[in-house]
Amino acid sequence: MSFNWKHYFKTFSLQELLQGMGVTGKYFFERKITIQYPEEKTPISNRFRGHHALRRYPNGEERCIACKLCEAVCPALAITIDLEERPDGTRRTTRYDIDMFKCIYCGFCEEACPVDAIVETNIFEYHFENRGENIQTKEKLLAIGDKHEAEIAQMKAADAAYR
Amino acid sequence: MMEILANFFGAFLPVWMVTLLLILIKVVAIVLPLILLVAYATYAERKIIGFMQVRVGPNRVGFKGLLQPFADMFKLIFKEIVVPAKSNRFLFLIAPLLAMGPAFAAWAVIPFSDGMVLADVNAGLLFLLALTSLGIYGVIIAGWASNSKYAQLSAMRLGAQMVSYEIAMGFALVGVLMASGSLNLGDIVRAQSGSVFSWFVWPLFGLFVVYFISGVAETNRAPFDVAEGESEIVAGFHVEYSGMAFSIFFLAEYANMWLIAALTSLLFLGGWLSPFQGLTFLTDTPVIGLFFGDGIHWLLLKASFFMLLFFWFRATFPRYRYDQIMRLGWKILIPVTLVWIFAEGLAIALGWKPWL
Repeated sequence: MSFNWKHYFKTFSLQELLQGMGVTGKYFFERKITIQYPEEKTPISNRFRGHHALRRYPNGEERCIACKLCEAVCPALAITIDLEERPDGTRRTTRYDIDMFKCIYCGFCEEACPVDAIVETNIFEYHFENRGENIQTKEKLLAIGDKHEAEIAQMKAADAAYR
Repeated sequence: MMEILANFFGAFLPVWMVTLLLILIKVVAIVLPLILLVAYATYAERKIIGFMQVRVGPNRVGFKGLLQPFADMFKLIFKEIVVPAKSNRFLFLIAPLLAMGPAFAAWAVIPFSDGMVLADVNAGLLFLLALTSLGIYGVIIAGWASNSKYAQLSAMRLGAQMVSYEIAMGFALVGVLMASGSLNLGDIVRAQSGSVFSWFVWPLFGLFVVYFISGVAETNRAPFDVAEGESEIVAGFHVEYSGMAFSIFFLAEYANMWLIAALTSLLFLGGWLSPFQGLTFLTDTPVIGLFFGDGIHWLLLKASFFMLLFFWFRATFPRYRYDQIMRLGWKILIPVTLVWIFAEGLAIALGWKPWL
């Protein structure tokens, strides 16, 4: 076994340790990349999959025709739909529940929907305060759709070119 | 100031009570700033490591997060202390105190400035060695009393680690006391007066490096924190501790870090001595002379620098493997100190002045 002076010098001068400290020392003065969340937010994609909403046509009629494609495609079995026939012969839902605890936000319901009724919005800051609130009913989903219709329409239009 | 207080209390109290009271006042005057320093060391650590990881660190509580240590403290005070069902209750609760006691008691012999010391003990260095070794008891008892295999493993690791590094540390101290010819910390610092170049760092540079490295290992800080090894043994000897009991361990750890930082500056960097001493045009100027002259602020600055190094190490180095820690301690640091002490002894015997 030969005595390697170079190796010993390198080890005892702590050269590599000091180099490492040089790297961290340099980053100490680097610009910080933290985003101060409630005040600052990252940009959100048009395809962002957040809280669901049910949309309406411009004339106020709800889009959903209770075809149950979303219920069928939902991999988490989060959607439950009951339906009725209206006096005018149209098919409409009487119940449209999404269990937000089951939902995995995969967006398949949105993909499956033939009339663009169920959509996922870019709302991601929401919470539930009581048991049962995790089941989002038809009324709640429609209300969200009504409230954010302009935003949803703009997002879908912007994304349409890429689909 | 102490004489004014002594006269004030002497007017209506017996002599022994006055002495006791004065000592108590001095103790409080040391411990309170120390606890504050510990609190802000945690803040500084989070901030510095955050900055090195391109984050901003705590910045919500108070201006720039400056009240964060107090928020943490109040949270810990109000948390429940959970005592594991099959633990040894008495030892479990006494262990944090056993860890904290020596960490604070060691400060009794630290001279903050010329003559500013609680107990001017002649064998101060021995006292320090003894007390820093006692700190292990708290940890080992905590690990044993928790009745948890992780805590037990961690306590065993820590015991072996601290015993090994104590030797390297002791040898580094031997070098210092050979150079200064005294065990009294005040005299050790006074032996370094003159100019920056009479500090012990220069002739004893190797021992200085060894001392600080073993100091990091003694306080179980990264990269020697196998006792806490999150990935292997959860949090180490304090897994089962919560609330105030946990925070006392925390307090002890950071008080020990400050102790090592203060000791390194006292033994090798001239403690309270100003690096500008000898430059009379700076030290004798009326106003800025106060800053450039000797004083407690230099000790604080030097100790803070070593605290920065502690945090810097933690942000930089990955954790050592356990056998590597033992190898470093026994096969590298101890031989290095032995060779250095031998060379120093030779230099002293031959009377080579620059090498003391």
